[in-house]
Formats: sequence, C-alpha cells, structure tokens
Amino acid sequence: MVWWLLGLLALALTGCGEGTWNHPYPSADATSNTYYSSFSERPKHLDPARSYSANEYAFLAQIYEPPLQYHFLLRPYQLVPLAAAEVPRPAYFDASGAPLPDDVSPQAIDRSDYVIRIQPGIRFQPHPAFARDEAGDYRYHALGPADLDGINQLSDFDQVGTRELTAEDYVYQIRRLAAPWLHSPISGVMRRHIRGFGELADALSDLQSADELARIQALRAASLQGVEVLDRYSFKITVEGKYPQFSYWLAMPFFAPLPWEADVFYAQPGMTERNIVLDWYPVGTGPHMLSENNPNLRMILERNPNFHGERYPTRGMPQDAESGILADAGKPIPFIDRAIYSLEKENIPRWNKFLQGYYDSSGISSDAFDQAVQIDAQGEAILTDDMREKGIELLTAVQPSIFYMGFNMLDPVVGGDSQRARLLRRAISIAMDYEEFISIFANGRGLVAQGPIPPGIFGHREGEAGINPFVYEWRNGRPVRRSLDEARTLMEQAGYPGGMDRETGRALSINYEAVATGPDDRARLNWIRKQFAKLGIELVIRSTDYNRFQEKIRNGTGQVFMWGWNADYPDPENFLFLLYGPNGKVEHQGENASNYANPEFDRLFDAMKFMEDGPQRQAILDRMVEIARTDAPWLWGFFPKAFSLHHQWLHNAHPNEMANNTLKYRRLDPGRRAELRKEWNVPILWPIWALGGLILLLVIPALWMVRRRERSTAL
Amino acid sequence: MTAYILRRVLYAIPILIGVNLITFLLFFVVNSPDDMARMHLGQKRVTTEAIQAWKAEHGYDRPLLYNEEAPGLGRVTDTIFFQKSVKLFAFQFGASDDGRDIGYDISQRMWPSLAIAVPVLLVGLAFNISYALFIVFFRATYVDIGSVVLLVAMLSISGLFYIIGGQFILSKVFHLVPISGYDQGLDAWKFLILPVIVGVIGGIGSGTRWYRTLFLEEIAKDYVRTARAKGLSERFVLFRHVLRNALIPILTGVVVVLPLLFMGSLITESFFGIPGLGSYTIDAINNQDFAIVRSMVFLGAVLYILGLILTDISYTVVDPRVRLQ
Repeated sequence: MVWWLLGLLALALTGCGEGTWNHPYPSADATSNTYYSSFSERPKHLDPARSYSANEYAFLAQIYEPPLQYHFLLRPYQLVPLAAAEVPRPAYFDASGAPLPDDVSPQAIDRSDYVIRIQPGIRFQPHPAFARDEAGDYRYHALGPADLDGINQLSDFDQVGTRELTAEDYVYQIRRLAAPWLHSPISGVMRRHIRGFGELADALSDLQSADELARIQALRAASLQGVEVLDRYSFKITVEGKYPQFSYWLAMPFFAPLPWEADVFYAQPGMTERNIVLDWYPVGTGPHMLSENNPNLRMILERNPNFHGERYPTRGMPQDAESGILADAGKPIPFIDRAIYSLEKENIPRWNKFLQGYYDSSGISSDAFDQAVQIDAQGEAILTDDMREKGIELLTAVQPSIFYMGFNMLDPVVGGDSQRARLLRRAISIAMDYEEFISIFANGRGLVAQGPIPPGIFGHREGEAGINPFVYEWRNGRPVRRSLDEARTLMEQAGYPGGMDRETGRALSINYEAVATGPDDRARLNWIRKQFAKLGIELVIRSTDYNRFQEKIRNGTGQVFMWGWNADYPDPENFLFLLYGPNGKVEHQGENASNYANPEFDRLFDAMKFMEDGPQRQAILDRMVEIARTDAPWLWGFFPKAFSLHHQWLHNAHPNEMANNTLKYRRLDPGRRAELRKEWNVPILWPIWALGGLILLLVIPALWMVRRRERSTAL
Repeated sequence: MTAYILRRVLYAIPILIGVNLITFLLFFVVNSPDDMARMHLGQKRVTTEAIQAWKAEHGYDRPLLYNEEAPGLGRVTDTIFFQKSVKLFAFQFGASDDGRDIGYDISQRMWPSLAIAVPVLLVGLAFNISYALFIVFFRATYVDIGSVVLLVAMLSISGLFYIIGGQFILSKVFHLVPISGYDQGLDAWKFLILPVIVGVIGGIGSGTRWYRTLFLEEIAKDYVRTARAKGLSERFVLFRHVLRNALIPILTGVVVVLPLLFMGSLITESFFGIPGLGSYTIDAINNQDFAIVRSMVFLGAVLYILGLILTDISYTVVDPRVRLQ
C-alpha cells in the first residue's frame, strides 16, 4: 500500500508544472493575468432582483451595472455615475404638479422625479439569449424538448449574441422588483417609495400561478406609474414625497438593467430542470462576466469582451497620492482578465493556500490572527515579521456596520421609559467592558461605539464631542470608561443596590437571549455573565438556535440580546431607523429589534431623513444621538474593523466598504507571483526517500522473520 | 432467492416511510416553514407577505401532518408531509427550495464522493487485511503486542487530526500535494492523493484491529489445525484457508458500505474542498433546505437497505452452505 501511495506521489511529480507539486491550478495558468480568491458559502441568488447578501454582491457587482456606483477612493463615500451619464438630481413637485425649488420644505413635496440618462453604446455580455438566426429571429427563444438534448449548462449553446443597453432594460428590472414570484427583498421598501409600485405588485399577484412565459409577457406589458421610459437612453423614476436616500438604491444591483430576452430565454420549458436559470447565470454589461458557475467547486469571472470601458479614478484623498494608489490613474480598466474563486469552506486550508501564494488576498480568521498580526506599543495592528518577509500588505478599514447589545424596551424590567429602567440600562452600559470584549473575542478588530453612527457616515463625531457621556468621560485626550462605582451608584438609584431588587428583596435576574452553536460561544457567554455579575445581576443565558432567537425577538419575549446591522448605504438614516418607533419589530415587523420608541426621536428622524447633509442635519443628528444615549436602548457595542491581507503582486486592493465592484480596479503582476510561488513551494523530497527507507527497514526484517519462522522446526 | 429479495424490498417500504416520517418530524421540530422562508428570503427587510408568498409557492403553506379543513382523504394527502414525501418513492427528488433540480445535483456530486471513497475503501481494505494477517502470523509476539498498541493509539485519534496533520505535513511543510481543491475529470487525481492517504491512514487503526480479531478467531478452528497437520506452510494456511473462511464477516463490513460510498464524507469533503454529496448534505442542513435534506436521508436509507440485501446475496456467493429463503 505504501508503495502505491509513493507511486501516486511520484505521479504527482510528473504532473505538476512550475516546479511545484502543491499547485492547485493548471500549470498553463501560472503566469496568466488571473486573480485567485475563494468563497466559503455558495451564493444563493445571482438574480439582481433577489440578491441581498455580501457574498452574492462579490460576484454580481462585477457583472451588473446599476446607474450609479461609489467612488473608489473618495471619502466620505460619494456616488458617481456607472452606467448613467451623470448622477441624477431629483426634481420636486407639489400635488398640483408644479415644480418646487430644492430648498422647499419636505412636507410640500408631493413627488420627486429622478431622470436617469444612461451612456449610449453600452452592450450586454455575449449570451445565447441574444443570438439570432439568419432571418433575424431569436435563435434560442422557442426551444423544444429536442433542442435541449445535450444541453446541461449555458456554455452548451453554440451561438451567442449581444445588443445595446437601453433605458427599457432598467425599467423592466424595476418592474421585476414588484413581481411577487421573484420575492425581491426590497419590494416592501419600494412599495412605499416608488409611485404605483404597490398597484403593480398587487396586479401581478394574480399571475402567481401562471406559467413563467406568461408572467414575463405580462411583466413586459405592465405599466408602472412611477417608472417611465423617456427615450432610448433615459428614463424617469417618480418617488413619493422626498426621499434623498433613493440615490443610494440606484447604486445597488436591484436597479441593474435586465434584458427581457434573458428572462424569456430562461423561462422556456426544460430550462429550470437543467438548472439553467437567471439565478445561476447572470447577464450583465459590467467589466466581467460569469463564465463558469460551479459554486460547489469554483466560480470564474472573465473579462467581458463587450465592456464599454471605464478608466481608473484620477482623484483620491490627499494621502492616496503618496500611497501609490493613484499610480494607475486614468488607465483603462479592468486590469484583470480572469478571476477564479474556489470554494474553500475551512479556514485552515484557505489560510495556508494564501501563505503558499495560491490566493492573492485573504481575510484573517481568529485562528491565524496571531500568526499574521501583532499589536505594537501604540496599540496599532501591524504585520508579524513572517508576513513582512513575504511582502504581504495589511489593510484595515472600519466597516459601516454595528454590533450592539439591545434591551427589549417592551420588557417591564429592562425596558420602558421609566427612570428606574433607564438607570439600570446605563449601569449595565458602564459595566459591560466592550474594550475587553473587542480585545478577547474580536482580536482587537473593532472600535468601541459611542453611538449608533459609525465613522465615515455623516453624523458621526470624533473626539470629545463624540463620546457617550453616560458611559465615558474624556481624560488625557481620550475616552475613559466610567468606573464600576458609578455603575453601582446608578444601580442603587434604580432601586437595585448590590443587584438586589429593593421592592422584592430578591437578586435581579435578567435573561440574555443568545445564539450559541459552538464551544467558542461558551467563553463569550461566560464573559458576558461576568460583566453583569459586576453589578450583582444574575444573567440567565438562554441559548438557542438562530430561528428561535429571531422568533423571540419578533415576539418581544426576550430581555437582552446581541445583534448587528450592516449598512445598505452610507447615510445616518440607515442606522437611526433601527431605533425609529414606527419600525418596531413586535408591532410593525420592522428592523427596530429593541422596539425603542421616543416621540421626540421619531419626530426628529422624520425631519432628518429628508435633509441634505449639512450643519442643520448634523444638529438634528446630534440631538437624536443624545436622546438615544440618554435612553440607552442599546449598549452601543462596537463597529467592526475589516482586516485584509494582500500579496505584493496585487495592486490597488484599496478597502472600500460600500463599493462591491472593486475587482475592476485591481491589478496583478503575474510574473512576480509565479516567481514567488516557485520559491515558496519547493517540494521537499527527502521525506519520501526516508519513508521508503523506513519501509525497507521494516519489510526486510519482517520477510526474514517470516522465512525463519516457516523454516523453524516444531519443538 | 427472488422471493427473498422481493420480500426484503417489501419490508423496505415501511422502513422508508418511517425514516421519512422521523426526518420530517426532526426537521420541523427545529425549523418551521416560516424559518425556512426567512432563511431563503434573507435576513433584511423581509415582510410577512413575502414569507406567506414563499411558503405558498413552495408548498409549505399546508398543515404539517393532518389537514383538518380538507375533505376526506385530503386530510392526509393535502399536507406538507404527504406532498413532499410521496414522490420520493418514485425517486423523483424534485427541486431544492432554491429551485435547483436535486436529482441532477446528486448525479453530479456523487462522482467526487466516489473518487475519494472507492480508493480509500480498496487501498484500506488491502492494507488492513495484509497487516492483520501479518500480525496474526506473529501472534503472541512483540510484533503482535506492538502492533496492537499502535493500532489502539491510531484509532483513538480523531479523524480531524489526521486531516489537519496530513495537510500540515504533506502540503504546508513538504509542499508535496495541494492542500485542498478539486478539478473535473482526470485533472482531479492530484487533489485526491492527500484525502486518500489521510482516509487510509485514518482507517488503519479500527480496520486492522477488526480483521485481526476475525483472523484470530478463524485460526483457532479445527480446520486450520488440520491444514497445519498436513504440513502446509503458515503462509499457505493464512492466505488460502483462514482468509477465505473469514470472508463472510469481511463481506458483511464491506458490501454493506458499498452503496453508502455515494453519500460521501461530511468532514473530509469540507476540509479538502471536494464537491461531493457529503458537503451537499451539510450545506442543505445549514441552509434549512428541507427538500435536499429529505432527499439525502431517503437516498441514504435506500442505499443502506440495498447494502444489507447485497450483503445477504454475497453470503450465498462466498459460502454455498448459505441459502436465502
């Protein structure tokens, strides 16, 4: 058996190129302009009407082109045109249809019109849905069962075609968002904002049981009052009232164009049975196209030969010129021909393949953190010597996300707006040492939150003006957590001296709703229990699975819980709406999981959400944050920091936490990569010969013993 | 024998219904149709209407097991259990909850599972039997004692340790094989070396111990003493007589697992990035995809029953004294 295994290894020697044996890719690709990365979870949806996850956007954003995108380098995040000719400015109208000035009161605005002009000459990627025969008819739009013999994937179709992108493709996609059978996650939001959206959704609901082609025909013929094609390259979206955040939605794949031909092509009988569906094979105009979708193994993006072209940004932040990130300014993008994403479910092989040079970039799992990163005397994260020797670069960025601990404001003990409950929440806020939490459980990858708005989002304040005075005080130029004595005093004022309820004479006991699935969770839950114990509070951990946890939050039966939010767009409204009363989870099925409701906060939110960024909006935001800090419905938790590592041959891997379409900016030096891979992965052969020798040492005496025993005589 | 096989097939039907029912109950104790809808629709901005629509579209808007409102037989048939289960008996797995054809996915993903499982089984079998015979040859010597100690130590070590250790030593330190990954067709071979080596080594402890026990039991029998008395060499006795007579228990262990080789290994496939049926099942559980879970459990049960029937048939092949009635 061992010889058999050695034989296999020897076979590996002959079959591996580049002089390396552990190369996981074909040797012919060694110097190709291919970017290598991994994914751990299969994307569920690649239909832009349905997709709403970061792991899906990692692919979709390279393929589809909504009208707008985020500037790659400028901060705070700025919208710039993508397929659009310019960023649309809304025009406001009153109920009689008369135009209104930009600075009019939001209450006077009946509707906002967004006229979007797209660039002419943009073409879709090559796709069989566009292929035509000699007569000019669509080649694959009337396929019978016999035509699909031998067809198992999209690439099995011989012919492909393309056509120019038009405004109708955007309008068609917006209609798709209203289609009940597509279950678009933003259908509910758009129903509130796009004029006529709800009516269209209701009308289409009659087609729930119709066949797919009939649905598509109905969708093509349907009219959506608030979305109108103006000419071949422009269309108008009418939004109810004033909704400045609508522009951000125009940078998300939901508003990417979808050609009706693709929908018709995929809806033909026999396609779904062959898994040839839009959710699996996207059709876009972006710089890359999905040429292989086998998410059980790998997904491959290739340069779209029909891409209309784009140039690397020429503007950046002042420090960008020094960092070299503008070295490619003005050059045509994308730089990369192909991107291969391999399925890698486990951290250990993913990390080791990165170290071997087989992935160009990597995140850092907790297991590998100490190997990659150390904290210097100033508290800054720096690379370890091993990483520096390999020329690896560390990039960090605070994410537009928040992980908070919420109190259920409907609970009679920890919730409500009584002073007693408020003081209790504030005391717990002090006792819960989030600096320690970040250090222990996030490897220092987080920034303690002083309020709900993360850095980089308008409304966030730095320094002394930005601290939560109920939990921190400003000392020696930095925020210092208030003492436990202060927390205990608050407990006493709340009627819980030493954690004993003065009214009942019993120890205060609070239930903590936790999603605990692994052994790592135990340490975290014990730590949280100890934080509450500092105040004499007995914390009862109620561990459950995520389904039950969500159910408890929906029903409002929990007391304290930990949850998070990842921003849809970089606007304070997208964080503060998590505390907006009419968005309460129990009563309104919204995203306000704490069910917090404060009339003044809600009133200010209603005003703030319509406003443009500026001093007036900042003042309102300051007041809202102050109210929230006073009421303390959350322990503000922390804003996570993303750490990523990149090899020296990968350039322009600048972190942009809002943009997902950053593959097009990345540039590779494949020659350098091939050299270093070879240097880092020289096969060490002596163990094979040593193993062979060892086997000989064992087998020869064994054979000798066998022969000796057989030849020996009985006693 | 035909009557026997037919009878066993008929026995299988209530077993499969029971397996299906238990899977159904266990799954829906943990996941309600609402939970499934939320999982598929995403966590953000999901409305009650969207959940209801998803359930209706996927047939999860019926009662689970008994429909009080339906007339007649519909009380049983117009339920999630009946609607989702009955087609399985015709091996129509249908579509997963995200719309993909399960039968097609199974047909694609069983090959990578087999690509690992078959070599591991064959090489492991050859090595373990050879090693066990070697130990038996030197029974009650230091070779035997030392081997038993080694085997007990090997079977005490977690399979995960072999995987991580194998990846560390062979790929990370010595750079001999890819640490993980897979490729289509013949290009897959270099990715199979490490999982096969790890699989074989990981099975040596338990496998060899088991065969050693079988052979020791055989070697104490009268026919072996007779063979020796005839002057046959020990090697001849072991390979021609003991091995042949020990085939029934060996077959019991081997034939029964043959059909299950299709099902793959959850941990191995996950760590080595092999797109087999093991990882397919575990993904389905994580994604609360009941359609796939029930299909895989059903398929596993069918294959297990098939394995048992094949085992019985194989008895008659290796031992003419056995008759199936």
